[in-house]
Amino acid sequence: MSTRLQTGGRLIDRAHRESFTFNGRQMAGFAGDTLASALLANDQMLVGRSFKYHRPRGVVASGAEEPNALVGLGSGARFEPNQRATTTELFSGLTATSQNHWPSLDLDVGIVNDSLARFLPAGFYYKMFMNPRPFWKYVYEPFIRQSAGLGRAPKVRDADRYEHFHAFVDILVIGGGIAGLQAALAAGRAGAQVLVMEQTAHWGGRAPVDGVRIDGRPAADWVADTLAALDGMENVTLRRRTMGAGVYDHGYVLGYERVTDHTPCTEGPRHRLWRVRARQVVTATGAIERPLSFAGNDLPGVMLASAVRDYAVNWAVSPGDRTVLVTNNDDAYRTAICLKEAGLEVPVIIDARAEAAGELPQAARGLGIRVETGKGIARVKGGKRVTGVTLCAQAGEGAVLEEVACDAIAMSGGWSPVVHLWSHCGGKLTWDAEQAHFRPDAEHAPTSHDGRPFVIAAGAANGALHAAATLSDGDASGKAAVKALGFKAKGGAVARAEAAGEKPPAPVWMMPQGADIKLRAKTWLDFQNDVKVSDVQLAAREGYESVEHAKRYTTLGMATDQGKLSNINGLAVLAQSLGEEIPQVGTTTFRPPYTPISMGAIAGEARGPVFQPLRRTPMQDWHEQNGADFEPVGQWRRPYCYRRGGESRADAVNREVRNTRQNLGLLDASTLGKLLVKGPDAGRFLDMLYTNMMSSLKPGRCRYGLMCNENGFLMDDGVVARIDDQTFLCHTTTGGAEHIHAHMEEWLQTEWWDMKVHVANLTEQFAQIGIVGPNARKLLEKLGGMDVSKEAMAFMDWADGRIAGIPARVFRISFSGELSFEVAVPASRGRALWDACVEAGQEFGLMPYGTEALHVMRAEKGFIMIGDETDGTVIPQDLGLHWAISKKKADYLGKRAQARSHMTDPDRWQLVGLETLDGSVIPDGAHALAEGHNANGQRKTQGRVTSTYYSPTLGRGIAMALVHHGPDRMGEVIRFARLDGGDVEARIVDPVFYDKDGEKQNV
Amino acid sequence: MLIVECPNCGVMAEETELVPGGEAHLKRFGPESSDADFESYLFQRENPRGVHFERWRHAHGCGKWFHAARCTQTLEVFGTYSAQTTEPPQDIRERVTAKRPGWTWRTLS
Repeated sequence: MSTRLQTGGRLIDRAHRESFTFNGRQMAGFAGDTLASALLANDQMLVGRSFKYHRPRGVVASGAEEPNALVGLGSGARFEPNQRATTTELFSGLTATSQNHWPSLDLDVGIVNDSLARFLPAGFYYKMFMNPRPFWKYVYEPFIRQSAGLGRAPKVRDADRYEHFHAFVDILVIGGGIAGLQAALAAGRAGAQVLVMEQTAHWGGRAPVDGVRIDGRPAADWVADTLAALDGMENVTLRRRTMGAGVYDHGYVLGYERVTDHTPCTEGPRHRLWRVRARQVVTATGAIERPLSFAGNDLPGVMLASAVRDYAVNWAVSPGDRTVLVTNNDDAYRTAICLKEAGLEVPVIIDARAEAAGELPQAARGLGIRVETGKGIARVKGGKRVTGVTLCAQAGEGAVLEEVACDAIAMSGGWSPVVHLWSHCGGKLTWDAEQAHFRPDAEHAPTSHDGRPFVIAAGAANGALHAAATLSDGDASGKAAVKALGFKAKGGAVARAEAAGEKPPAPVWMMPQGADIKLRAKTWLDFQNDVKVSDVQLAAREGYESVEHAKRYTTLGMATDQGKLSNINGLAVLAQSLGEEIPQVGTTTFRPPYTPISMGAIAGEARGPVFQPLRRTPMQDWHEQNGADFEPVGQWRRPYCYRRGGESRADAVNREVRNTRQNLGLLDASTLGKLLVKGPDAGRFLDMLYTNMMSSLKPGRCRYGLMCNENGFLMDDGVVARIDDQTFLCHTTTGGAEHIHAHMEEWLQTEWWDMKVHVANLTEQFAQIGIVGPNARKLLEKLGGMDVSKEAMAFMDWADGRIAGIPARVFRISFSGELSFEVAVPASRGRALWDACVEAGQEFGLMPYGTEALHVMRAEKGFIMIGDETDGTVIPQDLGLHWAISKKKADYLGKRAQARSHMTDPDRWQLVGLETLDGSVIPDGAHALAEGHNANGQRKTQGRVTSTYYSPTLGRGIAMALVHHGPDRMGEVIRFARLDGGDVEARIVDPVFYDKDGEKQNV
Repeated sequence: MLIVECPNCGVMAEETELVPGGEAHLKRFGPESSDADFESYLFQRENPRGVHFERWRHAHGCGKWFHAARCTQTLEVFGTYSAQTTEPPQDIRERVTAKRPGWTWRTLS
């Protein structure tokens, strides 16, 4: 059984007990424990079920590479699935639940998949669920989805707070082991701005666990001294619990700081996303031990040798009383030695190499440990827990030589440098045949904007695995980073690390070498995704020769651990199956983040009300206080309607339309874009931007204009007022103000830079109020200050003056067909004018109206709306707007495109009005049905609805639509599809439904 | 997350400050142009692996357009220059040549 040792544990504080629950069971650990070490101390070796076969799984590793010990943490609004127990610091009150089982961890129904494993090989789902086709949607997928997925998604809104940090540094060191600290020391001494990130809560990495001595003292002492030195440097920042998540172009790096995960419900955000721009990045990310591939290597109790050592040294936890060590290298002997010294049994060390004559094997033998060379594990015995192993010759096919009883197995297949961060942004790898691993190729580092390398790998992450080399490589890396930035590296003595010498490992990709299919089908490569040696071999046989294809076919290296343990072993098996060398097969792409980061951290502060800024008109408070129902229009919130009493939205809209047509309506039009275009060439410029002639407009007059892009498609419309000879005020749509401004700037800066024109966006400088309806003039006359009589101000005139004592510009324009004025005043006076209008307008029946009434009224008049009648594929000619396209101008944006054959095609759908025969409202976007079906069996169409409303003025449904040959088919009845499957008949009519002669607005 | 220097305001701008504007130095064809010329102007674009000339706008900065000479393969930025030119200036071309001898782009080299 796994248990807590009586003494030792360099990271735990036995004076502080922390109680927690696992699957509802009360357990206790010590401060400084991880959830994994605490579970093991409570003899909870079984921590989850595997993804596909639901096999029992236990803790394998002690850090970020853990594939099995994934748990759901917390509850309710603080629940989070798939958290690694090995990187979760223990605290009192922690609640954890295991995943992937039903009804319980110990009794799981899905284990039936394990018995069926030989019928569920790689690609099983792809092959099995092909036919019949409809079964996929209705039978297979719902069934598979039921049992698929890793963990459960939270159901409640996240209760925690997250934030982003922006940092700019000279040198970012990722990894706080001895290499990273030494690199930081070298960089800090040279005077560079340095940031050091360490993903765990502890500095020093593996050196203190492995018994390394630095300058004749324990590594931990050197770590403490170095930290003190770094702490004393103002130019150095140290951050624990902060993972380097990803390295991106030109020195952009994401860091992921788990601020309060270990002390929940305290001050501060839970996670912090560091958005760092570093001139040089040192990746001192260490190395990860590889598992060995033998049958039953996934049983609870089989762990990485380094993890067994970590649990013993750091947390005083023994995973088993009798631990068998299986290895292909010298380093793993440290585990046997450390267990033996802790008073535990190591019945045998199985070394796949023919010879084990290094310093460490000799030391192990000296402690009386039996060492068997040239041997391997034939099979692991046990069900939910290891009970023993059978030994065989490594060179053979698995004939059992002897059986050894044990309750834990420590395995080591050698070490792989953590090259993820080096590789994220294009750093290349080289295969180191002696160490049997990929390491960074310093000749092909990621390069920055200036073409120079900006990432330097250091220490074990650079393949310098032995402590002496690790430390000196860290120093060299720090100095190289300093030099690359033009700082002068300071001299001085560099610490020297000492550790027992090691003989080279022997690559072992299969144990035993000639394992038969029965063994290979129980030999796991990827624990998280249940991928076995036999699956990868099957993929190779079926033609998945590219490592990227084999990954996707077998799921090797997918999901939350992204193959940190399985990648190298998997591609070695693939290479063997293909008869190729490992470097020829290569690795799959390393993509950020290194380990999963929380969605909350990515969102940061951008949630709720601060997700995006809201733009407010000067009258927004009034709208909020007077019952407005808002709708989003770009970043504005415009009143959709103002409900009174128990009115429905539809009733409110109808009332607002009727009242505006009969009495007086008031509209907040402040959101309309207002671009001032000024300069000697302003007229010439606008002639190029609008389809119609603007240079001929007289000061004091307004003209409606259309704007197209170079493809000929309509992009915006609005009223242009000529202020003086050199000045125009261009109104745009509410959503268009910014991008039309940008459009104007683009053409001025990049094509017609000879034109003397300035453009200023004045949208927010002015409040604008639409005073609309038969009583509009009466209201303005009552407010007083300007002559707005028919004689003084004709339709499409504008004038400056004062209204109610407020400086104002009055435009006599109409988007409703009523007598209408739009009054623009400085934004600061907008609310005052609005209040004055509301008060003075009572006797004229004034009511404010919202955007929906505005839409209904414009549709009754057949006015188009950008975004309704247009969708980026519509040209003005489609909408019958030929009158707004100048024939005289030699050029305007879109003119050449509108002459292309497809644009002049008479078969283009064209704008018409529609009246339903039964008076109902056609569904938005409905298609006009035509005879016959297309090749896909879909009904052919002959047009579509672009705007559709109930018209309270006409008492019926009206619509605008683009219809094939529409304008030639007046009076014809065509049918439109309804959402419920039926259809509705409508008569094609003129799109101007109301007051065709404009008598109402010309009064 | 590129870093590109805006030649108008001198800021070393992050990609989030910038808006890309596609290929540089297009010649506009207007109403009297042939179908082939107009098609080429509207739709035909270079797609090089290597040296490329592009338009960028410092949208969340000074608001000005500029040109950049950049490597699409390594993302190295050779230099940035004014938007008010119909071809890369000599000094920019020399800088590209220094880094990528033998480069070609459209008819330039």
